[in-house]
Amino acid sequence: MSDWHTSTLTQLAAGLRARKFSSVELVRAYLDRIDASQAALNAFISVTREQALADAAAADRALAAGAGGALTGVPIAHKDIFCTQGVRTTCGSRMLDNFVSPYDATVVAKLKGAGAIMLGKTNMDEFAMGSSSETSFYGPVRNPWNPQLVPGGSSGGSAAAVAARLVPAATATDTGGSIRQPAALCGITGLKPTYGRVSRYGMIAFASSLDQGGVLTPSAADAALMLREMAGFDANDSTSVDTPVPDYVAALEQPLAGLKVGLLREFFDKGLDAHNEQRVREALKLYQQLGARLTEVSLPNLPLSVPVYYVVAPAECSSNLARFDGVRFGYRCENPRDLTDLYRRSRGEGFGAEVKRRIMTGTYVLSAGYYDAYYLKAQRVRQLINADFTRAFGSVDVLMGPTTPTPAFAIGAKTSDPITMYLNDIYTIGANLAGLPAVSIPCGFVQELPVGLQIVGPHFSEARVLNAAHAFQRATDWHTRVPQGYA
Amino acid sequence: MSGWETVIGLEIHAQLATRSKIFSGSATAYGAPPNAQANLVDLGYPGVLPVLNAEAVRMAVKLGLAINARIAAQSVFARKNYFYPDLPKGYQISQYELPIVAEGALDIVLDDGQVKRIGITRAHLEEDAGKSLHEGLPGVTGIDLNRAGTPLVEIVSEPHLRSAKEAVAYMKKVHTLVRYLEICDGNMQEGSFRCDANVSVRQAGAHKFGTRAEIKNLNSFRFVERAINYEVARQIDLLESGGQVVQETRLYDPDRGETRAMRSKEEANDYRYFPDPDLLPVVVDEALIASVRATLPELPDQKAARFASQYGLSAYDAGVLTASRELAAYYEEVVRELPQEPKLAANWVMGELAAALNKENLEVGSGKLPPARLAGLLRRICDQTISGKIAKEVFETMWSGSASADAVIDAQGLRQITDTAAIERVIDEVMARNPAQLAEYRAGKDKLFGFFVGQVMKATAGKANPAQLNELLRTKLGG
Repeated sequence: MSDWHTSTLTQLAAGLRARKFSSVELVRAYLDRIDASQAALNAFISVTREQALADAAAADRALAAGAGGALTGVPIAHKDIFCTQGVRTTCGSRMLDNFVSPYDATVVAKLKGAGAIMLGKTNMDEFAMGSSSETSFYGPVRNPWNPQLVPGGSSGGSAAAVAARLVPAATATDTGGSIRQPAALCGITGLKPTYGRVSRYGMIAFASSLDQGGVLTPSAADAALMLREMAGFDANDSTSVDTPVPDYVAALEQPLAGLKVGLLREFFDKGLDAHNEQRVREALKLYQQLGARLTEVSLPNLPLSVPVYYVVAPAECSSNLARFDGVRFGYRCENPRDLTDLYRRSRGEGFGAEVKRRIMTGTYVLSAGYYDAYYLKAQRVRQLINADFTRAFGSVDVLMGPTTPTPAFAIGAKTSDPITMYLNDIYTIGANLAGLPAVSIPCGFVQELPVGLQIVGPHFSEARVLNAAHAFQRATDWHTRVPQGYA
Repeated sequence: MSGWETVIGLEIHAQLATRSKIFSGSATAYGAPPNAQANLVDLGYPGVLPVLNAEAVRMAVKLGLAINARIAAQSVFARKNYFYPDLPKGYQISQYELPIVAEGALDIVLDDGQVKRIGITRAHLEEDAGKSLHEGLPGVTGIDLNRAGTPLVEIVSEPHLRSAKEAVAYMKKVHTLVRYLEICDGNMQEGSFRCDANVSVRQAGAHKFGTRAEIKNLNSFRFVERAINYEVARQIDLLESGGQVVQETRLYDPDRGETRAMRSKEEANDYRYFPDPDLLPVVVDEALIASVRATLPELPDQKAARFASQYGLSAYDAGVLTASRELAAYYEEVVRELPQEPKLAANWVMGELAAALNKENLEVGSGKLPPARLAGLLRRICDQTISGKIAKEVFETMWSGSASADAVIDAQGLRQITDTAAIERVIDEVMARNPAQLAEYRAGKDKLFGFFVGQVMKATAGKANPAQLNELLRTKLGG
């Protein structure tokens, strides 16, 4: 069977259960695709071939015995921000180049428990700080649709891997758009769940009040299958929410008729590329044809998302990254003269430029005399943005708009101007500030580059959001397109 | 030094007696090998998250209720950011703007017997840091993170204390209270109870406070007193010689008996406090308060007042006997056996017993000489089987063994002689043996009465009933 890589996760899981093929065969095939792509895409930081094959053999034994979970034998990849026991976990940083995690993140443990086989750890912006996967210590990830372009970030390795069908699904994290933006730029489906839906335990923190684990897959149906296994309360994460996990898969086929869709006026601004806008408007028209009712809604404070985000996220990161001090784990400089030297050089040499920029920004906004003007004010505006969303969801079921202002851009095009880079997240940050679930799905192409449509729902409405995405994907085939050379 | 007024505020750190740490499941027991009680959360590993120990919250609420404070319906954990090797995360989780307990008070008794109310600004929950180790590690510094993450409650007083003595009285009061509440073991040697003292001086009558120095990490009452006294004298000297006190952190060196500068205000860290996004606000509802209130024991002040009225003790004695819950319980056990003699029981518990315990560095709850055995001894004083003096000897024997008072008295033949005829017989013999002294006495040398008492006591090995002896001797000697 040579078309495994174009099969859906659901099909693969069913095929394994029916024993049409073995997990070892499947895993080996995907590992070979990873190896073949690595030079071109650089999507992986670590490939765990031997462990994966051993796990696959164990999965085959379980399947032969009629045992196993929903994902038994299915290969996946983890963003290298998730701690994996006994496996190097770098977070894309020199700081953790030598770090082998002594424990599994809850997401990793849950997917392992469901039977999924990890093939490796995907490349990413250093500590998830970036929108292009160029800040990685391990070199930039390339977009499978055009290797001169970025795949988006920070989960660019996971997105490129799924887009090139190197794995049928990959975990990812989203602090300001790090799942949805690369999903849009790589032409796949990216789901960021409600803050608290998926445990953050073992997910290396960037900005704790914004970080949320999620998943990248070709389709919404596959995302539903993955989320069902990843979601749930975790006693190790106080911010995870103890509310039942619905059967997202079962909810996929519910009829769309009558769905009230709010068009986010603020997202159709002058920064939006005209061609991108055209694809998004076509998608919205299709929703109308599918029975959805469209109305325009305004979230007046939403344009403040980027400045708010670039105060709150660096503030939290400046504190979260203090533990990387060269004392207990990770990078330590050679021959420190004294304690201060140990700190200065370990951190100075271990962190890259973008991480340092954000640590400095965050330190500044929390400093005595600046706290009120920056951090506190940002938190207040964040409340206003929350209130805007709450008000909007009083009259619509979901909000829709573009995921990004433009399709993928060239590697190196924005690295010299952080502000331009930050503006790439202008449409995605709002959902993080308000903790809302959001998905990006492919909705067409501009000059052979994929464009993403974003769907945002109220808290814990993942089933609704995935249902809306699935309905679109039943009517279109954008999500089944595979870049040339990876078909 | 006259003309100056001392102003002191204390920040007391009490380690909460929870079994596990405040944000992780690690044990909090003292004395384990370095880092044996530090798990991934305590070590600040990448990806780990804190989970609040509900027992620590209950203990803080208990303290708040005991000092009549306001318990915050919602309090917030904040991060205090600074770099230090014994601080694994690079920040300490503490409470800053919204502490769990605020606006409480405790009364202390001054030397002149007056009661003074000391305001308590706030008490907040936080995690302890680890320790740096230097001993036996030439050229390197070791880090022991067993203590990292141990729950602390920091109790911050108003600047209401006016002398080192008041400061010590207040600290002792808090020490007694936290042990009554069973929220802290109070072990100062192991660092379970320690304080920082903010000390300043000002001209008597001045309204503005002087510039203060903060003396860190004082872990004995004696050090608190000495450090403050030294610091006050230092500041006054400085001011009187035309200098100025600088705001700074100082360390007390017990070997030299002096404080010295650690870091100045300019060098002080900017801690960049902000609410910890990993933890939800701590919610304390009425139901929780009620359930904690139900566990409150009789508090030291209530108990002392009851002892004074119920047992007719002086305020001082009542205070001493209620200094710890165990001592008070011991005393009440003795009184239960001997309801007619609360004062005698008080004297013996505060006197012989306390001295004996002190000598061997034992706690009253150690099980040595249970209250029933001490009561057995006191009963023999009351029924005049032995004198108070003999009782002290019996006590010694009982202390080092397990025999009852009666067994010791019988074995050593210490029973008091109360038989009038027997005493008279000895008196007669003594008079017969000492004709010269008898003559002198009868000639008016009254002082010799004591000589005859001594002789009789010597002959009876001290067992003659002293009151009877006095009476009989006076009659006989009078002829």
